[in-house]
Amino acid sequence: MSERTLYDKVWDAHTVDILPSGQTQLFMGVHLIHEVTSPQAFAMMREQGLKVAFPERTFATVDHIVPTDVRTRPFLDDQAEEMIQVLENATQDYGIEYFGLESERQGIVHIIGPQLGLTQPGMTLACGDSHTSTHAAFGTLAFGIGTTQIKDVLATQCLALDKLKVRRINVNGSLADGIYAKDVILNIIRRLGVGGGKGYVYEYGGSVLDAMTMDERMTVCNMSIEGGAWVGYANPDKTTVEYLRGRAFVPQGAAFDRAASYWHSVASDSDAVYDDRFELAASEIEPTVTWGINPGQAVGISQRLPQPDEVADPEGARRAYQHTGFEPGTPAADIPIDVAFVGSCTNSRLSDLRAAAQVARGRHVHPHVRAIVVPGSFEVKRQAEEEGLDRVFREAGFDWREAGCSMCLAMNPDKLEGREISASSSNRNFIGRQGSPTGRTILMSPAMVAAAAVSGHLPDVREFL
Amino acid sequence: MNTDSRIRQISGKAMPVRGNDIDTDRIVPARYLKEVTFDQMGEYPFIDERFDPEGRPKPHPFNEAKYRDASILLVNANFGCGSSREHAPQALYRWGIRAIVGESFAPIFSGNSLAIGLPVITASADDIQRLMGIVEEDPSVRLDVDLEQSRLTVEGQTVPIILPETARQALTEGYWDSTAVLAANMAKVRQVAQRLPYLNGFQT
Repeated sequence: MSERTLYDKVWDAHTVDILPSGQTQLFMGVHLIHEVTSPQAFAMMREQGLKVAFPERTFATVDHIVPTDVRTRPFLDDQAEEMIQVLENATQDYGIEYFGLESERQGIVHIIGPQLGLTQPGMTLACGDSHTSTHAAFGTLAFGIGTTQIKDVLATQCLALDKLKVRRINVNGSLADGIYAKDVILNIIRRLGVGGGKGYVYEYGGSVLDAMTMDERMTVCNMSIEGGAWVGYANPDKTTVEYLRGRAFVPQGAAFDRAASYWHSVASDSDAVYDDRFELAASEIEPTVTWGINPGQAVGISQRLPQPDEVADPEGARRAYQHTGFEPGTPAADIPIDVAFVGSCTNSRLSDLRAAAQVARGRHVHPHVRAIVVPGSFEVKRQAEEEGLDRVFREAGFDWREAGCSMCLAMNPDKLEGREISASSSNRNFIGRQGSPTGRTILMSPAMVAAAAVSGHLPDVREFL
Repeated sequence: MNTDSRIRQISGKAMPVRGNDIDTDRIVPARYLKEVTFDQMGEYPFIDERFDPEGRPKPHPFNEAKYRDASILLVNANFGCGSSREHAPQALYRWGIRAIVGESFAPIFSGNSLAIGLPVITASADDIQRLMGIVEEDPSVRLDVDLEQSRLTVEGQTVPIILPETARQALTEGYWDSTAVLAANMAKVRQVAQRLPYLNGFQT
């Protein structure tokens, strides 16, 4: 059959039934869980006497609350200790594979899924975390869900969902030096709006996406939800197949070849029909930073912060300036920073750390800045250390930490204090997001974060390369 | 069908919370996600906007006595964006909110709300503006939301409301508690699993 998108094909292959409400019952090929959003689901399972239907299709790790400096148990934070214990007990009781703190497979859930090859093209995947669309970089339909829906997946391996429309987003041309995947997605969100994806799944393509590594595609797909799109995917291609070859949960030998041909077959047909299209020229993208309280409030580093009346939602801009205290019209590069954070499921893979290290090498963190690098997984950390990146960061004055979500959402001890301004490679600049209700977050690429750490204000990373 | 869980009409006072793009971090900050149950969530809606770091109250609709017994929340566009934390709709529900009427909602927030039987209902920007004005003028006014007829009535005026037909069916017919509905199909679920290439060694 032709004219079908990847979304159509994978949706159809996983459709169990149409429910009485008219929603589709969709089978979930992989279910990933972590300590923050699943304990309540396990409690509901117990209360309702439910069993886990496919325990071999659920995988657990711990990431959100883990301290990144001293990880000795019990944790100093009693609540964090309780959360990890609930997860440990539940995974044991229900026979779910768990990559705990002692496991070499531990890490941020969206980093380890692809790293282990659990995430594969043509699959469906669910996880109780909004950045689950990261996995969609592989041509996986990956849904971020809440706790009651986690219970649904545990009990039935299914979700009740409405089918959405598909918007094709082409990024054309090629990225110049100093322009990264993060800049691409921040520009897509800025142009389409933080609610612009409502009702749509995004399919990312065009020459820029085609040329990207899987790490870069994951950065783009990761932030789909920040543009209001529940799922944003890229079609599988040779890059995807080669990334997966040899990974722990990927079949070997003849089965790998059969897998690869299935993966290629789920890509959107060349004559696939889309409900909407959007084009973005790479030449219009410069190193990008946010200035407000949502990821769509962003400007190029050579620009000035906009006047409220110059943007789509002036009231939202005024609310943002009220929180940040930044002056409209200020050149973006004049904004000082106090904290630099390289990490998060958006940008903590090996290539991100390499890009940040390239800037940090031979330079030193500004005396007024505290800077930390938090690798996305145990394995990313190991590989980075093998390459000597830890030494580069330490010599430059960055803290080199253990794997976890860390200061992206500050559920562990890594937090902003008071009115601090953070240059962050994470995904959200929401009010209070990094642990201080009055703190301020500026989103940017990991290389830009490293340059900001060195200069003490918002930099143009192109001057550091 | 579960007749006890049918949700067809919600009537009560309303509370406006103005602003677009109100994210779930603002509704429930991450530090409250460390609780392993939802039991206390009803104390936390917008807590960092309601109290300063020293614990002193700040002006916020959730702090105002006149809105304390409101059961319908009025909001603007893209409400509930950001984190997938179900803690956000849980907090609003446990506070006493039984329906949210707004210009638009973020997808995960909508799904989480439906899953706990909290209708999220869309109305036009003009109608939302008008409703907020009416309620701010007289917080004692009652709104009647009729999901079967897809309309909201206030002071004798009728406002058209929209929710996806699937959500409307799920709520009005009592299918929103989806686990049982999904579990009724387990034989079919296993058939689908058997024919998926990645679950059968890519033999098909």
